[in-house]
Amino acid sequence: MRSFNYTRAEDVGNAVSQVAADKGAKFIAGGTNLLDLMKIQVMRPSRLVDITRLALDTIEETDDGGLRLGALVTNSDTAYHEQVEKRYPLLSHAILAGATAQLRNMATDGGNLLQRTRCYYFYDTDTPCNKREPGTGCSAIQGYNRDLAILGTSEHCIATHPSDMAVALAALEATVRVTGPNGERTIPLSEFHRLPGNTPHIDSNLGDDEIITAIDLPAKGFADHYTYIKLRDRASYAFALVSVAAALDMEGDTIKEARIALGGVAHKPWRKPEAEALLNGRQATRENFRKVAEAYIEGAKGYGDNDFKIELAKRAIVRALEQALEMEEKS
Amino acid sequence: MKDKPQNETAEKHTPFLPPKNTITLTINGVEHRLEVAPWTSLLDLLREHLDLTGTKKGCDHGQCGACTVLLNGKRINSCLTLAVMKDGSEVTTIEGLAKDGELHPVQQAFIDHDAFQCGYCTPGQICSTIGLVNEGKAKTLDDIRDLMSGNICRCGAYNNIVKVVQEALERSQAQ
Repeated sequence: MRSFNYTRAEDVGNAVSQVAADKGAKFIAGGTNLLDLMKIQVMRPSRLVDITRLALDTIEETDDGGLRLGALVTNSDTAYHEQVEKRYPLLSHAILAGATAQLRNMATDGGNLLQRTRCYYFYDTDTPCNKREPGTGCSAIQGYNRDLAILGTSEHCIATHPSDMAVALAALEATVRVTGPNGERTIPLSEFHRLPGNTPHIDSNLGDDEIITAIDLPAKGFADHYTYIKLRDRASYAFALVSVAAALDMEGDTIKEARIALGGVAHKPWRKPEAEALLNGRQATRENFRKVAEAYIEGAKGYGDNDFKIELAKRAIVRALEQALEMEEKS
Repeated sequence: MKDKPQNETAEKHTPFLPPKNTITLTINGVEHRLEVAPWTSLLDLLREHLDLTGTKKGCDHGQCGACTVLLNGKRINSCLTLAVMKDGSEVTTIEGLAKDGELHPVQQAFIDHDAFQCGYCTPGQICSTIGLVNEGKAKTLDDIRDLMSGNICRCGAYNNIVKVVQEALERSQAQ
């Protein structure tokens, strides 16, 4: 690891001003991804601002009946929180589908959203990578790309976002609260991460000098009909090839509202509300689920090794909707 | 050389000295006041500075779990933890588990069930088992396998490790 300076932030304002004043500075909380990347010199901050002492470590009810997850609450404490388990079991299941118990005990909710891609070329400093070093080229597009994106890609980058938690948050339509030098603002989860375009080195719409303070969950938690399916090469501790967060609001056999979000297929958790809307007011049948799956994946592009993801994602959507409907086995 | 002012020569030859932070950690019940460079991981602090080499360095990237210790009672990867950030915390390592000359029941169970071969991952497996029992979330064998997936055993002693964890859970429920 390269040498760096270390300072502690006393409060949110102080944290923001420390990072705003130093271009080489980064916040550190759980450190599970940042320190890993610093050890192989993919990330090289000259200063780490320790934010772990800020008072952002609680889960509280909001005035509109939702839940506010403090940015520094650990992934474990969130997944096992009584209110999250009861009202937002989709989120709980998605978090527990990711990483290991040790990592979840360390990783924070804010940090989870800011994870970098696990594209092998991003990690391999001997190869060109537009995300790691802008303008050097993408090694993945014509390289080994089995794990990589099929939706929203660009000619410069086909990386995926690795988070499971963010996929559930996208389906739940959570909001990210951030603070910067100009004060507070909120960003809908689906607009928090971005597509690679010409600037794949930028993962999200969070400013360099902004800090996540909380993630707000709306009141509606879809606790009666939900599932998180994660398809991967091992049953535990592997990143998703394809994952699906599905949630249904049912009235008898009729779907009042459907939510779907995909992981492992794009640079951000993938939502397509116009495809979901095809289910509104419809019967919950396999045929209708397949129609939505086709609409959801429309425009997907494979890069060779990851072509299989296109059909896999469609089938995963159908299975997820069936599981959410029946509320049987959840995986 | 002679004509050069003394301080300039001294400045030229000053080696790079890492900044040090003073922290306090309670390790296995003993309070330590320590000077650490910001980039020292908790794992390196334990092994290199305090000679507590029971905690192992496997991958150094949070993937294998050999470095698992209990931080304020919770299992973590000490390789992905900066010591300076944990100022004021309590750390329990494999060396701190035996009491009054008696092995911790989980340590004894690893021997009784022959739950290792080379033993390199064992300190991490033991700390992880204790963390898992403290968490109280594992109910089934599948839960145990899932919640122990952060500890790799390259000898493949998993079947017997699962038996140890199962026994540890039963013991905690009986208490």
